[in-house]
Amino acid sequence: MIEKLVGARFSVNTLLTFLLISLLTLALLMPVLVMFYQGAFAPFSLFSHLWQTVLPQYLSNTVWLGFNVVMLSLLFGGLSALFLHFLPIAGANYLRWLLLLPLAMPAYLIAYLYTDLFDYAGLIQRFLRATFDWQSPNDYWFFDLRTLGGASVIIALVLFPYVYMITRTALENLDPKLLQASQSLGVSPWRGIKRVILPLVRPALAVSASLVLMETLADFATVQYFAVNTLTTAIYDTWLGYSDLATANALASILLLLVFFVVVLEQKSRSKLNAQSQNIALAQTLFKPHKLMLWFATAFCWLLVIAGFLLPLALLLVMAWQYSDSQQLSLLMTIGGNSIYVAGIAATVALLLAIVFTFYRKFSLTTFRQFPLGLSSLGYAIPGTVLAMALLSTFGPIDFWINDIAAAFDLERPGLVLSGTIFAVVFAFVVRFMAIANGTINTGIDQIPDNLIKAAKSLGSGHFSILRRVYLPLLKPSLLVAWLLVFVEAMKELPAVLLLRPFNFETLSTYIYQLISDEQLEQGALGAILIVIFGLIPIIWLNRKQEV
Amino acid sequence: MLKKLIVAAAMLLTSVSTLVSAADEVNVYSYRQPFLVEPMFNKFTEQTGIKVNVVFAKKGMAERLAREGQYSPADILLTTDISRLIELQDKKLLQAVNSQVIDGAIPAHLRDDNNQWFSLTTRVRNIYSAKRMGDVALNYEDLALPKYKGRICTRSGKHPYNVALVASMVAHHGEAKTQEWLEGVKENLARKPQGNDRGQVQAIHQNLCDLAIGNSYYFGKMINDEKQKVWADAVNINFPNQANRGAHINVSGMAMAKYAPNQTAALALMEFLVSEQAQQMYAEVNMEYPVRAGVKRSALVDSWGEFTADDLSLATIAKHRKTALMLLDKVQFDL
Repeated sequence: MIEKLVGARFSVNTLLTFLLISLLTLALLMPVLVMFYQGAFAPFSLFSHLWQTVLPQYLSNTVWLGFNVVMLSLLFGGLSALFLHFLPIAGANYLRWLLLLPLAMPAYLIAYLYTDLFDYAGLIQRFLRATFDWQSPNDYWFFDLRTLGGASVIIALVLFPYVYMITRTALENLDPKLLQASQSLGVSPWRGIKRVILPLVRPALAVSASLVLMETLADFATVQYFAVNTLTTAIYDTWLGYSDLATANALASILLLLVFFVVVLEQKSRSKLNAQSQNIALAQTLFKPHKLMLWFATAFCWLLVIAGFLLPLALLLVMAWQYSDSQQLSLLMTIGGNSIYVAGIAATVALLLAIVFTFYRKFSLTTFRQFPLGLSSLGYAIPGTVLAMALLSTFGPIDFWINDIAAAFDLERPGLVLSGTIFAVVFAFVVRFMAIANGTINTGIDQIPDNLIKAAKSLGSGHFSILRRVYLPLLKPSLLVAWLLVFVEAMKELPAVLLLRPFNFETLSTYIYQLISDEQLEQGALGAILIVIFGLIPIIWLNRKQEV
Repeated sequence: MLKKLIVAAAMLLTSVSTLVSAADEVNVYSYRQPFLVEPMFNKFTEQTGIKVNVVFAKKGMAERLAREGQYSPADILLTTDISRLIELQDKKLLQAVNSQVIDGAIPAHLRDDNNQWFSLTTRVRNIYSAKRMGDVALNYEDLALPKYKGRICTRSGKHPYNVALVASMVAHHGEAKTQEWLEGVKENLARKPQGNDRGQVQAIHQNLCDLAIGNSYYFGKMINDEKQKVWADAVNINFPNQANRGAHINVSGMAMAKYAPNQTAALALMEFLVSEQAQQMYAEVNMEYPVRAGVKRSALVDSWGEFTADDLSLATIAKHRKTALMLLDKVQFDL
């Protein structure tokens, strides 16, 4: 309907736009296509061996891990957003942004810190043994963190802010009168939330849940640390163990299709409800919560912040205090500069592309207008190393071609300008995290009332003018959030940068990884703190901007 | 805002940089961690003026090299395991290096017949035992004995170090017997395979198990680590199968990339890595066994005493690698 309002005509312009957008989509989709293509030639023998031995268990682990993490993230993120929005929680001003901070914690890092803490030799169990005079593991029961359940909780602890952030934004854009109206009809506030609010924020919940799902399924480092074997384990085993990249690609393709299936299924089942209302500050007066309820909600939010951020940060600080020196700091500043550099470029490129794709979906007349947005998001579910391989396969031939041309003209050999430089790293980040930018901005666009566009149109505004003067200003929070999320994710990304980076190029994540893999995180605690801090700066900065 | 974004995007286009191929440089793709090899590279640069560029990754180096083909900037590859070297060779990514200096330094059984790969150090796959068990003489085969039920810890069976050990079992005992053995070991595990070699020694220290499989040099490194020393103090290091075929050894090694752009500098670095000085550093810094005859082990490593090494050829171990992996899947060792 919006297209009628804007009144675009089919023209050469439309065709050119279509071609340009298709090209961009194709570029981002290339690694996925390469992966499918290479997977198609997988020998069946290895696949059937895996199927008969370990694959069913891996698959079941994968499905359960995905399910658990999504459910826990929805619980953590959804509830905290609702609580903060509707209840007068103590310290709400701080919680609003503190709840975002776990995003800055890489999952592999928090996994390490928590196993260290809860292990038999960790602080907690040592304390318990000393207190109750227990001698050996047989004297008492203590939960084992290195299990499917443990991995689920830990991963959810750093991923729930997606749900929180996107749900919060959606809630803030809802009209409180809706709830008031339902109340005036005699519906209790909590029922009102269930019947009125939840359906309206469902798109937001769905978008964030699919981000969480994709992020979880692409993870390798964390599940490996927890000794939970998933489909990614099988992908790495076949590739690095059996040296069979084709089967690894086939498995990665299956993983991707699995995610795709779930996401599409969710979209299909989602009602066509479109949240459109004025942006009015919500009155918390709608609720007169029981004291106990309020106490629970406050504790819930603060506990999430503590478990997902403050406690791990404190552990890191203690380690850094014990093990670091000033020499390390200057090295880390250089490395940190690298991290910020590549992550910043990637976030910016992803943001620009996401604006293009989301506006195309909104304005284009073609029946394909949904595709660029959806297709360019697929990269999120590819494990970083597999993506890196696919990128090398994609850019390798182009590099060859460039060098051949240079040779033909007797020019100096340019070398691997695409696959051997930071370009590849940035491209990998963009492909991998495009989904986050797409999802965030798209949710934002959907919440801008069509009336505004009608009004602008009636005042004679054209396409670009509407985009620039109506959409972009209104979208500013979403744009900032999108940039921030991609930036923070790119800061933490490990496997792709590990494999694609040029010579002598270290990022904070690769630096820490080397120390973690040697059980020597203590030496890298300072670097880990830097990742967190560099992730924090934009979070806090953005938050202040939004408050203004 | 849009303007700022466009400026930032333009930065990307100009950021394409760091292409290295000057004559006095050498480029290394390394599976070995930088802090192990960097001291050596620094020495090398000091002595020759040749700059060493490194990129380190554990996963996918061989594929990166293969994809880069004739335009790859890589000169030298450093690996931590024999199977990687053979994999590189099988994929035809290496070139022969004929150097009397290297040949003179490395015993023939520790380098490729066609001079395509060379070992730099050897390491033993030891069995660590809890001090509380007293002195024990163990064979790898014993790990499957019912009396050790619930008393063994190990990292993932599919880690290259364990796969190589299993491959040597296949070479000695055949597939069926090895499967039986693996089933026995799995039966004896105190917990699901997890963590790394040091983590298993820590587990012994914590009373979670009594026996663990681990590489030799970790013992030395733990003893020298403030936090990990107590773990190491809880165990004895045992060289398995001393009454018969000897302990399983693996190697770290080097090779020259097929399309190495800086061959002269690369050769200089390879020769440096087998020099007495570099070999001494391997021995001291990383507690490994140097391949060069006459180079002293570190005092600590030396204190563990002489041992008999299994003389199974490295190529044979690599050959049985795939069978070993399939057996590990079959008995669901990691699940």
